[in-house]
Order: sequence, then C-alpha cells, then structure tokens
Amino acid sequence: MGLKRKDLLEIRSLEPAEIQTILDTAASMKEIASREIKKVPALRGKTVVNLFLEPSTRTRTSFEIAGKWLSADVINVSGSSSSVVKGETLMDTAKNIEAMSPDCVVIRHSASGAPHMLARALKCSIINAGDGMHEHPTQALLDLLTIREKRGHLEGLSVAIVGDIAHSRVARSNIAGMRKMGMSVTVAGPPTLIPPGIEELGVKVAYRLEDTIRDVDVIMMLRLQQERMTANYIPSLREYSRLYGLSLEKLAGARDDVLIMHPGPVNRGIEMAPEVADGPYSVILEQVANGVAVRMALLYLLLGGKPAEA
Amino acid sequence: MTLREKAQVLDEPGIDRALTRIAHEILERAGGTDGLALVGIRTRGVSLARRIAERLQTIEGTKVPVGALDITLYRDDLGLKAEAPVLRATEIPFAVGGRTIVLVDDVLYTGRTIRAALDAIMDLGRPRLIQLAVLIDRGHRELPIRPDYVGKNLPTARREIVQVRLREHDGQDRVVIQEPEG
Repeated sequence: MGLKRKDLLEIRSLEPAEIQTILDTAASMKEIASREIKKVPALRGKTVVNLFLEPSTRTRTSFEIAGKWLSADVINVSGSSSSVVKGETLMDTAKNIEAMSPDCVVIRHSASGAPHMLARALKCSIINAGDGMHEHPTQALLDLLTIREKRGHLEGLSVAIVGDIAHSRVARSNIAGMRKMGMSVTVAGPPTLIPPGIEELGVKVAYRLEDTIRDVDVIMMLRLQQERMTANYIPSLREYSRLYGLSLEKLAGARDDVLIMHPGPVNRGIEMAPEVADGPYSVILEQVANGVAVRMALLYLLLGGKPAEA
Repeated sequence: MTLREKAQVLDEPGIDRALTRIAHEILERAGGTDGLALVGIRTRGVSLARRIAERLQTIEGTKVPVGALDITLYRDDLGLKAEAPVLRATEIPFAVGGRTIVLVDDVLYTGRTIRAALDAIMDLGRPRLIQLAVLIDRGHRELPIRPDYVGKNLPTARREIVQVRLREHDGQDRVVIQEPEG
C-alpha cells in the first residue's frame, strides 16, 4: 500500500501499514547512498522549501541531502534570514512561499501545531520536521528503521526512553510509532521531567535508570532540553548525570546485544558518557545515515505521485 | 475492467526453448562469458535473467553475475500516477564499469521502461556495451529502442495485454494475451 495523504504531520495518525511502507521504501533508498553518483531523477522539477524557524543542523541538512539526491530543487529558509524577524506572521510567510509554487514545505517551528496550520492553509505537501513539544515524526521513523535494520523486526521488542520526556517531541513520536509497531516502551527520568498521565499512551514509567535498562532491547537516551525549561526541573546537571546519565558502569547491567540510540545532539558527559556514545552498542551515526533514507522515502511517497485534489 | 484470455502464446517448454536460444545467442555474440553480466528489470526480468545465467553456466561452465534493477525512480510518468509506485531495491553486486551488460525484461512494449533502465545503469558506472534481451516483443514502440535478443515477436493490438507468468511469481510458466471483455 502507498501513502494516500498530502502531508506528514505526526506519527499518531499513521496506520501501521503506512509506517511499514515508509520503512520499506527507505530501506530501498539506502542503496543510493552507497553509489558513486548519488542522484536519481525521481523528483526532477519538484521544489522543496525547508522552512526552519528553529535552529537545526542535522534535520535540515538531512532533508536538503534527501531532496537533492532525488533531484528536487531545495531552498532553505531559516528563521534569522526570513521576514519573520521583520514581524511577518507564519501564515504570511507560508502564503508568500506558496505563491512561488513549491511542491512541499518542510517546516520546523517552536510552536506545537504550526505544521497542521500550514497543512490546512496550503495546497502543497507539508512535512513536520519538529513542532514544539508535540511531534518529530521523521526522527521516530528513522529510529524505527535503525532498530528494524539491527534486529530484523520491530514487533515484540522492548525500549527504554530515558531523560527529559516532558520536553521531548522525539519521545512523543517514538512512543506513538513504537506502540503501533507492537513494541513495549518504558519511559524513565526524574519525576519532574515525566509528564503526569503519560501511562495513557501505553507506556510504563520508571524512575531508576539501572532497573529500566536491564532487560530492554533498545536504550534511547534523550537530550536534556535546557532551552525549553522554564523552571528548575533538576537540582543540578551533576546530580542528573549521576542518576540518569548512561555510564559504562550502568551499561554493564544491560543486555549484551542492547542498542543505544540518541536523537542528537549529545550533551557528552551529561546524558551519556563519551565512551558510551562512541562505544560498540551505539547506533547514533546509523540513525543519522538512516535519516537521509527516511526523508528521501517521504519526499518520494508524498511527491512521487500526482498531487492530491485539494 | 474485466479481462478475458484470448490466447496462449508460449507454454512452459516454449519459454524454456526461447531462453536456451537466447543464452546461445548471447554467447555467440559475446564470444564467451568474459566481462559479461546480466541485469534483470524487476520483477519478472530478474527471474528470466537468473534462468539465462543458469543456462550460460550449463553451456560454458562459468558463472555469470546477475543483478536486479528497480527502475521506479527513473520512470518518466512518476508525476502522472495517483500515488508513488512501490519502490524495491536495486541490487547490482558487481561493478558495471567496462562490462558487457545484458538487460533482461519480460515484455518490450513502448520502450520507456528500457529508457529508464539505461539511465539507471549509466548512473552506476560506464559499461562497455549494453544489450537488451526480452522474452516477448509486442511492438508499439514510443522510443527508438530495439532488442538484441527476442524470445518471441508478438504483434498485438494496443488494447490487448501480454502477461508473462513465471513459476517464481505465479506458480506456472506461460505467456498469454488478454483482452478487455465486451
């Protein structure tokens, strides 16, 4: 089955079969990255606008490479260089971009729901590249692809998501995606950083890292998002690191074939010791490589056919 | 649209004979299997390429590498489809540079698939020579493309559909012409 939708806004509204299609397509796209000439003509003549109104290197570069390898024309608009600094509203910026007839707008915005607003207003495809604390669907898809590649399947696997759950759109998207694909998820972190009622998403909650990571297939460490913290959520970085940082000693209690993931950028020495981040269990760089494949798959699946009737 | 089977064009021995003849022709033209590789176009072209490779091995005693090519990303009608066609991986386990590549497909029709396949191969390297082998050539070319090896020439009407069924995919070996009912 294909993707019968105009936009990719969130994981929670995707069917498991759609996730499967995206992952299968991404797996096929990986072959292109190994070629000498990394370019196929699939999206020749299509225009993709990367509208990044919040800082990002990895995701923006990843979308840019994905678009270019598929031969689309990719234009980057960043917050600091756009008319947003002159007081233009997001809707005005978007309407002006649409007047230039792009086929897709990839948007990152600090406000949750910004991509949904654009999707309702614009005729072209919208891809959510991270909106506030809501969702980061392409990150969750690349995480699923990385796990599936390493384990051969998703169903039945167990995952611990550790750290700043409250401020993490990556955690929200991953929980939704992993639950849909039949995985069990435990979230762990300081009580102040675990949102009340998160059990309703079908996850278990734990407060001790050592217990949580003992029997899981995957440990996903999250970045402590200090820029989003409006109050004192943790007593000190040192204490956080001592209790929730993944060190070699704590890792000794985990399974021998555990996968360690991180959406990046890693605060080395805080959520993860450098020797863990660079160690044999870490698949952080595979996640980055798979990011390009997943974004190629999405651009292809959303733009490869005739645009949906608006 | 309901389809009705109009005629069977090739049965299992017929397909076998055609592939054996193509294998002999390839060897005769290439003067052996040195630098030779077969690339099947997904899906049925790959099975046909494997069968030709088996025959080449029986005749010459050497293994000829076989690759699988997915041409979806090179199609010229991508933007005309309602949704993006399913993508399957291209797997070419050898360097194409300097080789004689025989492209293999089940049916040659407008030539657009072959045009896409040529582009896809060229992106992987610079072969010395590319040839084309097809089980059925049904005519109606829209591009200046001509096969080097043909199992069977089959004049058809545009409204007819030529279906190659292979045991690897369909559980049986036969080629049939179908036409819309009514």
